[in-house]
Amino acid sequence: MTLSADLITVLAPLPVLVPMLAAALCLIFGRSPRVQGTVMIVALAAIVVIAGMLLFLADRDGTTALQVGGWDTPIGITLVVDRLSSGMLLVSSIVLLAVAIYGAGQNIRDGDDRQPTSIYRPSYLVLTAGIAVAFLAGDLFNLFVGFEILLAASFVLLTVGATTERIRAGIAYVMVSMLSSLIFLIGIALVYAITGTVNLAQLAVRLETVPEGVRTGAYAVLLVAFAIKAAMFPLSNWLPDSYPSAPAPVTAVFAGLLTKVGVYAIIRTNSLFFPDGAFDDILMVCGLLTMLVGILGAIAQNDIRRVLSFTLVSHIGYMIFGVALSSEAGMSGAVYYVAHHILVQTALFLVAGLIERQAGSTSLRRLGGLAAASPVLGLLYLVPALNLGGIPPFSGFIGKAALLQAGTDDGSVLAWVLVAGSVVTSLLTLYVVALVWAKAFWRPRAEAPEGHLAAARPPTLVEDSTDVLYDERVDPGRMPALMLVSTAGLIAVGLAMTVLAGPILDIADRAAEELRDPAVYTGAVLGSPQEYR
Amino acid sequence: MSANLTLLIIIGVLTACGVYLILERAVSRMLLGMILVGNAVNLLILTSGGPSGAAPFLGSGAETDEMADPLAQAMVLTAIVITMGLAAFVLALAYRSYQLTTTDDVQTDQDDAEIAARRDGEEPDQ
Repeated sequence: MTLSADLITVLAPLPVLVPMLAAALCLIFGRSPRVQGTVMIVALAAIVVIAGMLLFLADRDGTTALQVGGWDTPIGITLVVDRLSSGMLLVSSIVLLAVAIYGAGQNIRDGDDRQPTSIYRPSYLVLTAGIAVAFLAGDLFNLFVGFEILLAASFVLLTVGATTERIRAGIAYVMVSMLSSLIFLIGIALVYAITGTVNLAQLAVRLETVPEGVRTGAYAVLLVAFAIKAAMFPLSNWLPDSYPSAPAPVTAVFAGLLTKVGVYAIIRTNSLFFPDGAFDDILMVCGLLTMLVGILGAIAQNDIRRVLSFTLVSHIGYMIFGVALSSEAGMSGAVYYVAHHILVQTALFLVAGLIERQAGSTSLRRLGGLAAASPVLGLLYLVPALNLGGIPPFSGFIGKAALLQAGTDDGSVLAWVLVAGSVVTSLLTLYVVALVWAKAFWRPRAEAPEGHLAAARPPTLVEDSTDVLYDERVDPGRMPALMLVSTAGLIAVGLAMTVLAGPILDIADRAAEELRDPAVYTGAVLGSPQEYR
Repeated sequence: MSANLTLLIIIGVLTACGVYLILERAVSRMLLGMILVGNAVNLLILTSGGPSGAAPFLGSGAETDEMADPLAQAMVLTAIVITMGLAAFVLALAYRSYQLTTTDDVQTDQDDAEIAARRDGEEPDQ
């Protein structure tokens, strides 16, 4: 055992342990927001460093598995660190840290005794732990537990403040999430009945010997569960309904990360169980419909957050497209695109929160003249918006180009249809973000249909605000420095994906190579896979 | 492996009743539906672990192949706890929703209704 292998086994559980312990500390110091805030930022910053080290080690040494609790494979709880999981962990932790700083800048505080926001920070940290479990899990049931941890925390975050609108959205979100979890459990039960194991590596080995129809049926159940979480058409309608009403930092982190955990689960299981691509056609059709239906929905919306929620759904289609190509190039494009999309979508939702601060609304019926009122805000919106629309030289262009290249390499009719669909979706995305730009930033506020109205005071985590005349609002146009800095920082990380596109794409290529060959994964977890048939 | 037909029929009935209730609009009925389906899934996992047997303890005197599958039971326990926690949360949500709207039904999304009511050719923000 080398030193670096030891190091990785020490580091691997930390992304789960650190936020859980920090959440406990936050609960203990519930009455002291200052201590809570410090604990949270320190914990999240630590995870960024740990995830960076994990990615470096995984990229240098390949896939490593760790048995937590000392039980042997396949009985014990397995954590697996490979390029995909550690890369996702790094991007997620950067986003979580930026949003935490943004939330601190937003001056989240206890409104009065009946609105305990002291629960916000512990829930946020538990969410972090859940995401880490889901990425590192080496067996299906642990993946389920990770999903449940992050879902339970997300329920609390989505309904914090318990206003009418959030409760309405929360009920729908909780019900859909619970249902998808139950479907996931059904899938686990079926898989367990067929193979007698839930360890991903052992499943990959054993499923090879299972009759085609049986394993296809069992995996289809799992795929439905993951598709609900990833918001893949036709299972995507819950998302634009529930996300927009939550507080800005919460929506931002949900939009960036929660659907991507579902996409990650699809990438992981699909590449392990069906390396030959038995589900490619149906994934391609669903990916295409996700793209088109999502972006057409976005055009019709008249609130920035709702527009962004629909573009979020739409762009999930790109990742599904990459996975469905079942080629190294497609997988590499999908991995790069996931990282790009986490960063850019979160940044855009943070900007929407800034707009709400600056102009007292995110409704396109009310906004106008923002480019003149705040040029900084204009820049902060424009860069990620063009990035999302796929304008060169931003990372959105690089990711889409990689996917299109992989699609044309594939050469099948369906792949060409997907390529055409991707281009159309990209253009329509550009149209949508330009529409928002034209209305919110260029048009004078006087020309907006309801431009004279605005929220009375800047929104915080818990308080809903009543409408007043635009000139009468409290604290107008004030954007706290921390909110601006964290948003700008996240956009800068997004730009770094362009500057460092070479090395990042190399890592994505190596991750794809690893994913396309299940023997790497099963070998790392089981040692000699043949013994576990 | 022989399956227990009674259990399978119970699973089917529970799931059917659960799905029917989930399709309702009242929060309390949806929750009852979720709990029914949750119990059906728990039974399914138990069934997937194979036939019942002796307690799976080392030194209990039973042979390994006479023992019940402990992993399936461990998974069911976890699933039960999770379902219970989430059900408690939904109850709190339902109560809060009743406080705010004085009805048990899920409300319509106002923005959605406005967009759906828009006529052909209208500008999105008019």
